[in-house]
Amino acid sequence: MKKLINDPADVVAEALRGMDAAHPELRVDHANRIVYRADAPVQGKVGLISGGGSGHEPMHGGFVGPGMLDAACAGEVFTSPVPDQMVEATKNVDGGAGVLHIVKNYTGDVMNFEMAAELAGAETGVEVLSVVTDDDVAVQDSLYTAGRRGVGVTVLLEKIVGAAADEGRDLAGVAAVARKVNGQGRSMGMALTSCTVPAAGQPTFELPDDQMEIGIGIHGEPGRRRVPLAPAREVAAMLVEPVLSDLDFTGPDGVICFVNGMGGTPLLELYLMYNEVAALLDKAGVRIARSLVGPYITSLEMAGCSVTLVKADDELIRLWDAPVRTPGLRWGA
Amino acid sequence: MGGMSAALDQLTDWVRRFAVAVRENRDELTRLDAAIGDADHGINLDRGMTAVVAALDAESQPTAAALFKKVGMTLVSTVGGASGPLYGTFFLRVATASGEVTELDGPAFAKALRAGLEGVVARGKAEAGDKTMFDALAPAVDALDAALADGDPLAESLRTATAAAEAGRDATIPLVARKGRASYLGERSVGHQDPGATSVTMLVAAAADALA
Repeated sequence: MKKLINDPADVVAEALRGMDAAHPELRVDHANRIVYRADAPVQGKVGLISGGGSGHEPMHGGFVGPGMLDAACAGEVFTSPVPDQMVEATKNVDGGAGVLHIVKNYTGDVMNFEMAAELAGAETGVEVLSVVTDDDVAVQDSLYTAGRRGVGVTVLLEKIVGAAADEGRDLAGVAAVARKVNGQGRSMGMALTSCTVPAAGQPTFELPDDQMEIGIGIHGEPGRRRVPLAPAREVAAMLVEPVLSDLDFTGPDGVICFVNGMGGTPLLELYLMYNEVAALLDKAGVRIARSLVGPYITSLEMAGCSVTLVKADDELIRLWDAPVRTPGLRWGA
Repeated sequence: MGGMSAALDQLTDWVRRFAVAVRENRDELTRLDAAIGDADHGINLDRGMTAVVAALDAESQPTAAALFKKVGMTLVSTVGGASGPLYGTFFLRVATASGEVTELDGPAFAKALRAGLEGVVARGKAEAGDKTMFDALAPAVDALDAALADGDPLAESLRTATAAAEAGRDATIPLVARKGRASYLGERSVGHQDPGATSVTMLVAAAADALA
């Protein structure tokens, strides 16, 4: 294992110390591993919290700030945070308008957030609603799986819902926007390499030089199938086709198109992939209204990418364009 | 009462023996999880059980309910992932079913384990054959009830339960996972032993050793 770390056991704590030092506009509770915007709670605004395992940076801590999240709970690498953290964050971001929990659909995350919502309701009386993202078309959504994973849509959702909360919508209204974004979004990812969880010390799976994994998530888990390495044009088709066949993205309002890097793929290649994705969408009659390219929901140092489309409309575009000021996403503010 | 009931120090010993087993098999549990999950089961459960042992060292617990509540709350607060809520809920339900007593006889211990199993089902919604900890824990609890009903002492009944857990654990190998991260793999999860079924078998075996 070759990593810029000290002790594998201290990776998350020490990264949070660095984040705290680098971003005076954030406040980090190191005991509870919670990143807050420094001015939380914002009175009268619905509080937005998310959280999940570490290793996906900048998600979620890097999306804390005006126009996006009020707090993010960091778990161990690839491990959901615990209910105590979400309960504490819920108390501290409630500005009197209730709190929305944004949860990615993984068994651990869902169970811990469920316990947190029960405890927060009982202990504090804060009104809590939860929205679960589940946009990964690589997973068959059936009785026989844990359901689709929450992946790229989570990033776009946190941005859009952050703007909706800033507009002063109530908790039910903010949750409705979140459900709409999730319902209109789909993703598919692939990996060229595995990744190494610091505490495990070795790659989660072995992937020969001439092979790639199609349909991976964001935890170094193997995908749906392993295929021979192919040119970017063919890889783009393997990602875009299952997304387009799952939901109709044609229409005058177009889509928000997000090409995400998994952590170990340079922007040069991500833009090359975006070019291929854009060409495929053009051919399919899907108009791109807005785009995002870069590593925003990563899987440690995994090489690879994912493609996310969210069907847009006037409301979503307006919320997308609204100012945001976080370490990970920043425009108009 | 040798082998017929479990005193508080034996119940505490059960928890401590489980912590030792998790520590000793930490890398094996993580290796099993790497094959079909996300390579953290041993790491997370070891972190939680280390915290449990530290909590028990710091403060002795006066009753079975207090002991198991401390274990459950500590696991919920330190493990994360799916294992935290599942093992945490297991011990919290065991605590409630045990009550404020300092000794559990066979039927009371079996009743507590069944309550724990029901907690796992309520939290995780797993059914038989989903390739989860349920597949080892449920046959163990059933075997314990059956052995006690046959008049076997608690110690012997727990050895029977351990054998049932081991058989259930081994039977997860050919199954297609339907819950948790392993379910994303579909058919590719076949041929791998479930890590949760493996760790919960250690929990049952630790009870057989501690309550012998």
